[in-house]
Amino acid sequence: MKKVFFVVLIAVLTLPAVFAAGQVESAAPEAKTVTVFGAFVDEEARRFEEAIKPFEERTGIKVIYEGSKDFETLISVRVEGGNPPDIAGLPQPGLMMNFASQDKLVPIWSSLEATIDKNYAPVWKDLGSYKGTPYGVFHRVNAKSFVWYPKKAWAKAGYKVPKTWDEMTALMDKMVANGHTPWAVGLEAGGATGWVGTDWIEDIMLRTVGPEVYDKWVANEIPFNAPEVKAAFDILGKIWLNPKYVYGGKNTILTTSFGDAPRPLFDDPPKAWMHRQGNFITGFFPDRIQANLEEEVGVFALPAINPEFGIPVLGGGDQFVVFNDRPEVREFMEFLATWESGELWAKAGGALFPYLNQDLNAYPNEIERSLAEALVNAKVFRFDASDLMPAQVGAGSFWTGIVDWVSGKPLNTVLNNIQKSWPK
Amino acid sequence: MTKIHKSKWAYVVNLILLVLVIIWSIPIIGLLISSLRPQEDVLSTGWWTLFKNKGVITLDNYKQVLGGSEYTFVDSTGATVRSSGDNLSRAFMNSFTVTIPSVIIPILIASAAAFGFAWMVFPGRKFFFTTVVALLVVPLQIALIPILRDYQSLGLTGSYLGIWMAHTGFGLPLGIYLLYNYISTIPRDIFESAFLDGARPMVVFSRLVLPLSVPAIASLAIFQFLWVWNDLLVALVFLGGTSDVAVLTQRLANMVGSRGQDWHLLTSGAFVAMIVPLVVFFALQRYFVQGLMAGSVKG
Amino acid sequence: MEKGKQLEKRGILTEIFVTIGRIAVSIFVPVVAFFILWAGFIFLRDSNANQGIIALVAIIWGVGGVALLFWVADWVVNRTPVHVAKKLQPFVFVGPALVILTWYLFLPTMRSLYLSFFDAQSKNFIGLTNYIFAFTDSKMLESFTNNLMWIILGTGGSVGFGLIIALLSDRSKFEKVFKSIIFMPMAISFVGAGVIWRFIYAYKPAGEDQIGILNAIVTFFGGNPQAWFTIRPWNNVFLIIILIWLQTGYAMVIISAALKGVPSTIIDAGRIDGASEMRVIRSIIIPYIFSTLVTVSTTIVIISLKIFDIVFTMTNGNYGTEVIASMQYKQMFRFYHYGRGSAIAIVLVIAVIPVMWYNLRQFSKREGF
Repeated sequence: MKKVFFVVLIAVLTLPAVFAAGQVESAAPEAKTVTVFGAFVDEEARRFEEAIKPFEERTGIKVIYEGSKDFETLISVRVEGGNPPDIAGLPQPGLMMNFASQDKLVPIWSSLEATIDKNYAPVWKDLGSYKGTPYGVFHRVNAKSFVWYPKKAWAKAGYKVPKTWDEMTALMDKMVANGHTPWAVGLEAGGATGWVGTDWIEDIMLRTVGPEVYDKWVANEIPFNAPEVKAAFDILGKIWLNPKYVYGGKNTILTTSFGDAPRPLFDDPPKAWMHRQGNFITGFFPDRIQANLEEEVGVFALPAINPEFGIPVLGGGDQFVVFNDRPEVREFMEFLATWESGELWAKAGGALFPYLNQDLNAYPNEIERSLAEALVNAKVFRFDASDLMPAQVGAGSFWTGIVDWVSGKPLNTVLNNIQKSWPK
Repeated sequence: MTKIHKSKWAYVVNLILLVLVIIWSIPIIGLLISSLRPQEDVLSTGWWTLFKNKGVITLDNYKQVLGGSEYTFVDSTGATVRSSGDNLSRAFMNSFTVTIPSVIIPILIASAAAFGFAWMVFPGRKFFFTTVVALLVVPLQIALIPILRDYQSLGLTGSYLGIWMAHTGFGLPLGIYLLYNYISTIPRDIFESAFLDGARPMVVFSRLVLPLSVPAIASLAIFQFLWVWNDLLVALVFLGGTSDVAVLTQRLANMVGSRGQDWHLLTSGAFVAMIVPLVVFFALQRYFVQGLMAGSVKG
Repeated sequence: MEKGKQLEKRGILTEIFVTIGRIAVSIFVPVVAFFILWAGFIFLRDSNANQGIIALVAIIWGVGGVALLFWVADWVVNRTPVHVAKKLQPFVFVGPALVILTWYLFLPTMRSLYLSFFDAQSKNFIGLTNYIFAFTDSKMLESFTNNLMWIILGTGGSVGFGLIIALLSDRSKFEKVFKSIIFMPMAISFVGAGVIWRFIYAYKPAGEDQIGILNAIVTFFGGNPQAWFTIRPWNNVFLIIILIWLQTGYAMVIISAALKGVPSTIIDAGRIDGASEMRVIRSIIIPYIFSTLVTVSTTIVIISLKIFDIVFTMTNGNYGTEVIASMQYKQMFRFYHYGRGSAIAIVLVIAVIPVMWYNLRQFSKREGF
């Protein structure tokens, strides 16, 4: 009985060997493939795959895209573990610099560099470079310095789009006088709670002290507790910490998820009248609003504070970097640096692209077209500072500092703590 | 054990349990009702209001989770296309392939080790056992990078074998610890007679220990199953996330969209993912009762 | 005895041949076993066959392979002289587990210990700097007190409720129903649980429709809605409740299995002696299942010590709710500071020493053969 059992067991276990022997013969030469790993998933992943199909059809190279919500954790584990993808789409320049400083990345070669110089504004090449060597090619980007409002309700109430910060403040007071609440704000974002606040501070920094001081701030050449930064927090505090200006007051700011935040705009009558957020927020609008976006929603750029610096645009974006140098990988990177790689995605909506030679008519609605235009034509474009700062600050103490400040910690303590956390 | 009938105790016992069970099920009921409501309603009114006023009930969330959410994209001819994504059958299949061996293999190895620790004398026994308990607390995150490096050189990355072994490694401390607790309480005289009869330890293990440990093995099987079934990180690191190998948790996690705009699908997704573990629980539940027989063997 | 006679008859030469043959077979069998497993491994690694077939082969190969390994090891050990076999025997049982644990957890822990003396990118030796951070940083200090609260309340709550429910349902006709419902939270994936607990603690400004049931109750009785996660130090308790909700099922299942093992004869004896039900539980049942209670408590203490996703997704450690494991994760995977991440992981291992010590004392009470 026992013997029979073992004979059967061994027979079954040998079975795979037979299979394996058969396998060797059937192994056919495979098509060239390029693996791409990124942070966008689901519908966006599908749109990306669709957008690169022309490349696959033309070259016969197969591109395998893998997207994950846990991208940041996974990319570091895979790179450190010796299993990097051929190409990765990094949402933060800080991540690129981290890998570049460890010599994990393949620098951009000269022909691709020429394409980048031709197709992008210089700022994008700088953002993709570490110590003067370019590594990254930007693809989909976003623009954040925009204020969204319910168009129809505004028309009914007779509100006009403000041109300057003072006009905006006046408008806010007018709203309060009418019994309206100007802003809807939500900071909550799970493990990333606080980033909405860092965006506001960055926008105000750009508008009060200008891009050069902003760059110094990002590099910690002016400390985090400098008067300039403090002033930016004070300007923001005048809005956020005044319960008349923000729907629900500070408890709502702290506990509302950033995606749910704009919802009060679309109540009837609106419970809040303005919401500052990037272009991606439209995906969170209620379905009935999304269906008639152009009629329901208006958008304007967050106005200038100091006229000297005009209306800068704050944004972010994914840059593709190369881990494995192969001819087909290079070929795909060359493709990503051209408008062709973004066109179909732009048509589907939900994505902006930085290419200088892009066709603005590709965007499906007036809102996205105007945002793309603002992005390409911006005199000053700056990348989200929290993505540029060391992660300890940009994804750590800056986020939590904002939350501490809103929940009542003294500003000086908050800023000193952030400065202290800056890695030496 | 004896059930109490016909006494005032029975009512008290059932009443206390009923209260506890109601408290425990409130979140689940909330999740269930939320999974049947449109996203708009979930965000504007509490789920319990469904009982008060005429709320809308819809199976849309389930349709989207099971059939894949609907995508809009523009194809290479420039036409706008709407289509739904892949359904979940592939992901279910992958989850099963990952989970079943990842439950059975560590249980086999852990029960042998637990038997060794409980009933055999060997040098370093205390040291090894203490280390096993200490390893319970090690966050598995610190193991990901070195193990992935080893896998790269062995060619194990992306293979099912690799992920079973990983789950075996990460599941062993709890398995050994729980089974040790059970196996060490088996009465000594059962072994004494067996060893006196000249039985080899392997025979004692397979003929006596394993059958007697069924209740403990069943509960360990459930926990290991739950852990592997609901795992996201280990699968993503060692197996990868491309659609041919993606397990259920990965598909559900990605379904909410890059920025989480479709988080409401998590409600129905949670129930879809829960079905299999519950079936396993109910299937194994009768083995807990078998403990009655095991108990009667003990004297 | 008989064997001895045979040997004498055969003479030296035969003896040598037999020994060589034995050794050859002893080597041959493991080699064959290894070859079989290796072939399966190669197949599973490289095959593109139908997934159903792969899954089936995989399951048989994996499970059968492990059984085969044990059998072969046992077979080889039994071919050695008796006194050697007795020494080797235990390692047939614990050996595979020790090898796997060494590879998957022990060596990575040692690596972490090593890396914990280095800087963020593991390039420069910086001595104890990371440990100084781990024991002086204000967020870390906050984590230590919070984790202590998690250990005490989380373990006490889960084991307490688990024990009560196990004891009571053991005496109820509806045991299976009750136990299944208490078990359900364990089956919910953490993401699902996160969604629903958000809706329990959700906050909307006064005057709005509350979508969180807790605030709905508060406002129903005329109170003001509360932003629960911002109220120190109670927000920790609100988070711990989630753990208790999740882990009570675990405690209940294990304790329940142990209760089934309590011989009914001694319970009945107690009852016949006229002991009250409380007395039976306190002086007969609890002592009988004490080692199980220690086991369950130990595992939940360790779970509380490693608690991470509840805090990370609910509050991100804001409002004074930070915990050690969440700090570890952030340092390692968000700030890419491998030195600090490793040091905090080692701190976790150090923190578990009292638990290990207690378990070792329990362990020493048992004797093997």
